[in-house]
Amino acid sequence: MSTYLLQIFNGVSVSSILMLAALGLAITFGLMKIINMAHGELIMIGAYVTYVIQNIFIQYFDKSIFSLYYIIALPGAFVVAALVGYLLEISIIKRLYGRPLDSLLATWGVSLILQQLARSIFGAPNVDVKSPAWLEGGLVLGGTQLPYKRLFIIGLVIACIAGVYIFLYRTAYGRKIRAVMQNRSMAQSLGINTRKVDSITFAMGAGLAGIAGGALTLLGSIGPTLGTNYIVDTFMVVVLGGVGRIVGTVTGSAAIGIGNTTFEFFTNASLGKVLVFLMVIIFLQWKPQGFFTINSRALDE
Amino acid sequence: MKKTWLALGLSISIALSALLGGCGSSTAAGSSASSASAAVSSEAAASSAETVSEDPIKVGILHSLSGTMAISEVSVKDAEMMAIEEINAAGGVLGRKIEPVVEDGASDWPKFAEKAKKLLQNDKVATVFGCWTSASRKAVLPVFEENNGLLWYPVQYEGMESSPNIFYSGAAPNQQIVPAVEWLLQNKGKKFFLLGSDYVFPRTANKIIKAQLAAQGGELIAEEYTPLGHTDYSTIVNKIKAAKPDVVFNTLNGDSNVAFFKELKASGITSNDLTTCSVSVAEEEIRGIGADNMAGHLVSWNYYQTTDTPENKAFVEKYRAKYGADRVTDDPIEAAYINVYLWAEAVKKAGSTDTAKVKEAAKGLEFKAPEGTVKIEGENQHLWKPVRIGEVQPDGLIKEIWSTAQSVKPDPYLKSYDWAKGLSN
Amino acid sequence: MKQIGNLNKAGKNNITIIIIMFLLCIAPVFLSDFRTNLLGKFVAFAILALGIDLIWGYTGILSLGHGVYFGIGAYCMAMYLKLEADGGKLPDFMSWSGRESLPWFWKPFEIAPVAVLMALVLPTLIALIIGYLTFKNRIKGVYFSILTQALSIIFVVLFVGQQEFTGGTNGITNFKTIFHFSLASGSTKLWLYYISVVFLLLAFFFCKFIINRRVGKVLIAIRDGENRARFSGYNPTIYKVFVYCISAALAGLAGAVYVPQVGIISPAEMGIVPSIEMVIWVAIGGRGSLNGAIIGAILVNLMKSGVSEKFPAVWSYFIGIAFVVVVIFMPSGLVGAFNKLKSKLKSIKINKSANPAEDKILME
Repeated sequence: MSTYLLQIFNGVSVSSILMLAALGLAITFGLMKIINMAHGELIMIGAYVTYVIQNIFIQYFDKSIFSLYYIIALPGAFVVAALVGYLLEISIIKRLYGRPLDSLLATWGVSLILQQLARSIFGAPNVDVKSPAWLEGGLVLGGTQLPYKRLFIIGLVIACIAGVYIFLYRTAYGRKIRAVMQNRSMAQSLGINTRKVDSITFAMGAGLAGIAGGALTLLGSIGPTLGTNYIVDTFMVVVLGGVGRIVGTVTGSAAIGIGNTTFEFFTNASLGKVLVFLMVIIFLQWKPQGFFTINSRALDE
Repeated sequence: MKKTWLALGLSISIALSALLGGCGSSTAAGSSASSASAAVSSEAAASSAETVSEDPIKVGILHSLSGTMAISEVSVKDAEMMAIEEINAAGGVLGRKIEPVVEDGASDWPKFAEKAKKLLQNDKVATVFGCWTSASRKAVLPVFEENNGLLWYPVQYEGMESSPNIFYSGAAPNQQIVPAVEWLLQNKGKKFFLLGSDYVFPRTANKIIKAQLAAQGGELIAEEYTPLGHTDYSTIVNKIKAAKPDVVFNTLNGDSNVAFFKELKASGITSNDLTTCSVSVAEEEIRGIGADNMAGHLVSWNYYQTTDTPENKAFVEKYRAKYGADRVTDDPIEAAYINVYLWAEAVKKAGSTDTAKVKEAAKGLEFKAPEGTVKIEGENQHLWKPVRIGEVQPDGLIKEIWSTAQSVKPDPYLKSYDWAKGLSN
Repeated sequence: MKQIGNLNKAGKNNITIIIIMFLLCIAPVFLSDFRTNLLGKFVAFAILALGIDLIWGYTGILSLGHGVYFGIGAYCMAMYLKLEADGGKLPDFMSWSGRESLPWFWKPFEIAPVAVLMALVLPTLIALIIGYLTFKNRIKGVYFSILTQALSIIFVVLFVGQQEFTGGTNGITNFKTIFHFSLASGSTKLWLYYISVVFLLLAFFFCKFIINRRVGKVLIAIRDGENRARFSGYNPTIYKVFVYCISAALAGLAGAVYVPQVGIISPAEMGIVPSIEMVIWVAIGGRGSLNGAIIGAILVNLMKSGVSEKFPAVWSYFIGIAFVVVVIFMPSGLVGAFNKLKSKLKSIKINKSANPAEDKILME
């Protein structure tokens, strides 16, 4: 019995990881219609920032406060990734609005450059990030142990989603963002600086990818090609959920995450992956716009 | 409009076929001429090799410097470059310097084949050191056989192969997997859980292990494969928990090991609760996994950074002096390093870089390697190697806990094991 | 989608294709065997690029799963080559994987013409099924691109997982002969090269033929305004499925031409990374121009192998930067940029009203 309980938990946990990785994409792709193939590399940047901050702690601070590095690393990952995203936006992305498929190709080039950059700076082999002591171990519950790391990530996702929601729907700036994304020319004529809004929005999406990278260091490898493992899954999440709605991203990642772990449990990992993607393709035949759509009377999107 | 097109198309195709016909007839002449010139140039090369000249000997280095395999292969390339530098500093081979030509296989197998062709046909290298994955080796194998080149392959692999144009300095299955399984059966328990990445090495290795378990009284509990680049092992760990094996025999590749061992630790499973034995995790990979995540787990290799020989002390010192004190050496790095020396020794003995002569000279060649004395087995061009089972220490190094008394004879087809009959044909 | 691409004025680019073909024909005279062989591989890629140009440049549908069709074509050919190489014995990877006999679906591939035919038919069939479903359900734009990515992942995982039937990650390799000619001999290689050039030429005329028909005009109409085309009485689904199938067949042909020259096919070639790269060849050459597709495929690959030989450790920088620069600053690719330059020069010349002799040169 505990095996099945744990498996349900695993499903939730994998969903939460996908959600975290896809949240930034839901903003850049969902709101801005930019297909950012370098999203995975922004995740990688977040992971490397965590690594660097850890090393700074090892080098300059006392051992007793080492575990606190992680509290600094997550916001650090956000800031650095957002900065990289901002630079990307003002140099490259701004030339690609309205050309979603071109944005895919250009950002693909960017991802090659960023991967090579990571290799040049940190070396080709994987690096190790030590998990903070307060995330070691787990919550023992009826004979099974729920790892604190995974619980922490679930909490982090909830916090991030809440943060994004409040920012987009409860602040003046969020209102501006939504206005620009819904009707750019109207927003412009009402005096909103759309260029600035674009940059900030993209930077925010990038920053969220950075947080995802910081969180992923708890579970997986940290290397130059880290991002490539997540890029397709996250796109699938956003498309399945429906573009432009955060609730869609949540649903999409839950469907893929729980689907993946369940199929993997009853069959094997390879077949599980095939089945999940097959179901995504079949589902999209039925609902091409994903679970949730923004109703629009426009004929040509 | 349409007419002009048709006319144009026809005329071009006719022109082309005429051209083709012309080329066809000139083909024979051209190709025989080019093969004649090739013969002349190879003769020239041979004669220049015999008379001591100042030109360097070109050798190829072919590894993935980009893509997913770069995490492992860059260090192997570094070791080969270091060996070449050392040999050059000591005066080179046959009075000539060695000049490496480095190519990037980019973790892409057809790219490996392309670059191997380039090295052999265009650069006319004397030999090539390279490859890591079995897939890349299989991709270049026909190229080396076709062009009669020589490849020195540094990584343990699944066996069932012995090309006359490849020297294998990593372990054959009977020098790593088979003794490890035997040792685990005697010391750790009978119930095995086989976990691997979904590709050729784990599948073939597990086929061997299953036959061995059946013959030696072990019990197979489950066999699981995950796709390359799989990142979440919570389900697998749950399956392991439910299956309660004595031993998890781990043939996961690269990145996946990081996720797997982090997951084991997070789920509260330590090496005291469960024995795992890995055959694709060496010191270099442990750095990425994190020593504290892997401490106490077992590995099986032929060489560790801690291996206690005077040759190894010198090797580790030189490697770290050259590439940084934070770097580690491991089995494939050492195997790549000794490959260069083995080739150089064979060339010295043969007095030539000619493939046939080098192969002949290499038979039975002995070399004092960091792992101990190794010997090239002439019959299958693999190495006699000692086998060592080690335990990962909290500092990320590996402590040897068991080793064979002598070097083990390589047996890539497992011919000397009764239970392995029918595995190779 | 915004209108990007080269408006193809039929009959204007004859010179370019003749020059390309001429260069390809005489190239082996100047190149070493290795370079000729490499160029032959790029010619195979050019065939594939024509197919991608048809569907993307002319119809505006971005497929990121063309590696699958290329791979299936290549696997069909590889299965035949492998069976011929092993001469009746079981292929090596099957015996490692514990198979005793040849699976039934391998049997037809013992016959060469069947294998060649299958290399065209199988990709077309798969494209027909996928295309019919997705286009009928009006999945378009980005959604289609991402769906094709999922398709390519499915195929890669399946091919890797079914080691006993497909050779797993290693793929299929170690061929000896093709139609009983030794693959190692220089003259066979030269023949293979010229056969690929002929196929490229045939593919080019085939595409040209389609484009210059009404079909081609409808395809462009779909690209520039699908609903307008629909309201004008055309059923875009049929046209889209048709062009998707053609494009898949060309990819399959490219795969079949590729395998004997390269000597290996593995599932990695069907993946997302190569599929994106294929699209990038067309983007760099110039989408919506058949010449552009050919030039792009050959030039990008020449550059790639050249740069990676010169700078094995850091060549990804150059490639990445080239992609970014071309996509941003030359949205219609090299051909587009060249045409722009030409028309600019022309207008300058006309403004200056230079002497007639110079104008004559420009006309040529």
